[in-house]
Amino acid sequence: MVEYVPGIPILKPYIDADNKAYWDAVKEEKFVVQQCNKCKNYYQPPRPMCPECLTLDTMEFVPSTGKGEVYSYIIYTTDKMAYPAMKIPYAVMVVEMEEGVRITANNAPDIDTDEIYIGMPVEVTFAKIDDDLTLYQFKKRKS
Amino acid sequence: MARKILEEYMNRKYDADIKPKPALNMIKDKTAIVGIGETKFTRGSGRDEMDMACEAIKKAADDAGIKLEDIDGLETFTLDRTAMPFIVSTLGLKNLRFASEVSFGGGAACAVTLHAAAIVATGVAKNVVCYRSLNESSGHKFGRGDGYAKYMLTAPTPHYGYTFPMGFCTPLSWAGAWGRRWMHEFNVSYEQIGWWAVVLREYANKNPLALFHNKPMTHEDYMNVQMIVEPLRLFDCCVDTDGACAHIVTTAERAKDLKQKPVYILGAGQSAPIEQEIQTVYNRPTIAGLFETWYAAHEAYRVAGVEGKDIDVAELYDPYSLGGIMSLEECDFCERGDAGNFIEGGDNIRVDGKMPTNTSGGLLSEAYIHGFNLVNEGVRQLRGTSYNQVKDPELCMVTAGPGVPSSAMVLRN
Ligand SMILES: [Zn+2]
Repeated sequence: MVEYVPGIPILKPYIDADNKAYWDAVKEEKFVVQQCNKCKNYYQPPRPMCPECLTLDTMEFVPSTGKGEVYSYIIYTTDKMAYPAMKIPYAVMVVEMEEGVRITANNAPDIDTDEIYIGMPVEVTFAKIDDDLTLYQFKKRKS
Repeated sequence: MARKILEEYMNRKYDADIKPKPALNMIKDKTAIVGIGETKFTRGSGRDEMDMACEAIKKAADDAGIKLEDIDGLETFTLDRTAMPFIVSTLGLKNLRFASEVSFGGGAACAVTLHAAAIVATGVAKNVVCYRSLNESSGHKFGRGDGYAKYMLTAPTPHYGYTFPMGFCTPLSWAGAWGRRWMHEFNVSYEQIGWWAVVLREYANKNPLALFHNKPMTHEDYMNVQMIVEPLRLFDCCVDTDGACAHIVTTAERAKDLKQKPVYILGAGQSAPIEQEIQTVYNRPTIAGLFETWYAAHEAYRVAGVEGKDIDVAELYDPYSLGGIMSLEECDFCERGDAGNFIEGGDNIRVDGKMPTNTSGGLLSEAYIHGFNLVNEGVRQLRGTSYNQVKDPELCMVTAGPGVPSSAMVLRN
């Protein structure tokens, strides 16, 4: 569960031409990953060119299953290293998605920080943070 | 099919065939560090970073026995906030013909020296001073979240956009995720990693330069101190420091006529392995290791013509304990996945151990001058003037920050 402190801005994603489709999808509560349509490799973060095929026109965003497993995680237990707009404790999970890419996001309201473990099955859910910002989080998933 | 990348690292086989021959390397044995200097390390200097940089540079010149006007090159980190042109004016550097900065935060810690060495070896300049000055304790804390909240509205680069909005925006927390995975894969305990901080504190207690001089800390103290960002405790974190360090690089030929015993650069390298980000590195085949440290260390070894087992003393970049601990594996001082066992009880990294490591107290207990205090300690070890002197060392390994394009060097006396 992530709670926000009013009055302190959340740092927004840096949106450019290469990742706009990713963040546009998130705004519509859809989770996509980038894939090269030639070699079928998945990439995170999105990039303009496939580093395997060396092609500039084969990268596209495809729907993700949204499912993955916790690969690693950290828990902010003091405010020393945490972002001041967020109340502690909160977690960030590194989740290995079924597509193979790893995504970092917070724990959804159904997951307490002390419940998280490596290998935990999770799936994407969305949280509307404010008028301009929707973010993906990870919630529990039955394995 | 999974994408095959970084196989040199995954197979632990550094491919020498595709790299330039060491015999062609112009800095190997032909360049040396001839002077070192540092200010007092404090929690609140009450001084400008400019002022401290000039003091450290002046001391390094005095130590080398060269006049300031003989310094004709300046090299620092892009993160250094001193104004280089004003340093030139303040120190009266009349003959400056080279000035440059190296990027990638703490990854520059050995690259600054490497670039200076390349410049003197190729005859662009004669004496290049490398420096780093920071008020990390009393000034802008770039490792803290509240700094970002004050200065930014959006993540500063596209790749940070996948972490900053989640409140995942400090180096210690990014590294904590690698460390957690490494501890999980190799079954490493909190009790084991605690020995890093304990031994480094022992070193600092004997080093009058260290911020934690005469401030003992036991393993029990370590286990009882608060978690900052799990899995890292307060005593796993580097010490925010105000201070500056400098060292002077020249050719081996010129070094012979100077005041100090030269410390030669036997091999140095930079690394920028694929799927690199600035610390938010999670899309490599594993995160239970420090790729950049391994590549930089093995490039330095390759050029130097040595292996991990030949090294006598190591000064490893440890912005948090696990950074140093995992580097023991990446530098081949112990087997992969065995660093937890290697440091347990502390003897292996103490001054008469298998690999005396971070003998000034490191970034955890001496000072955090972005790794530049490690370079100075490496030089002291090879001169025989450390406060925790290893017996007759010939080779010293120095590394730089992991998770970013990094660097490493092998020094010899
Ligand atoms: Zn491709």
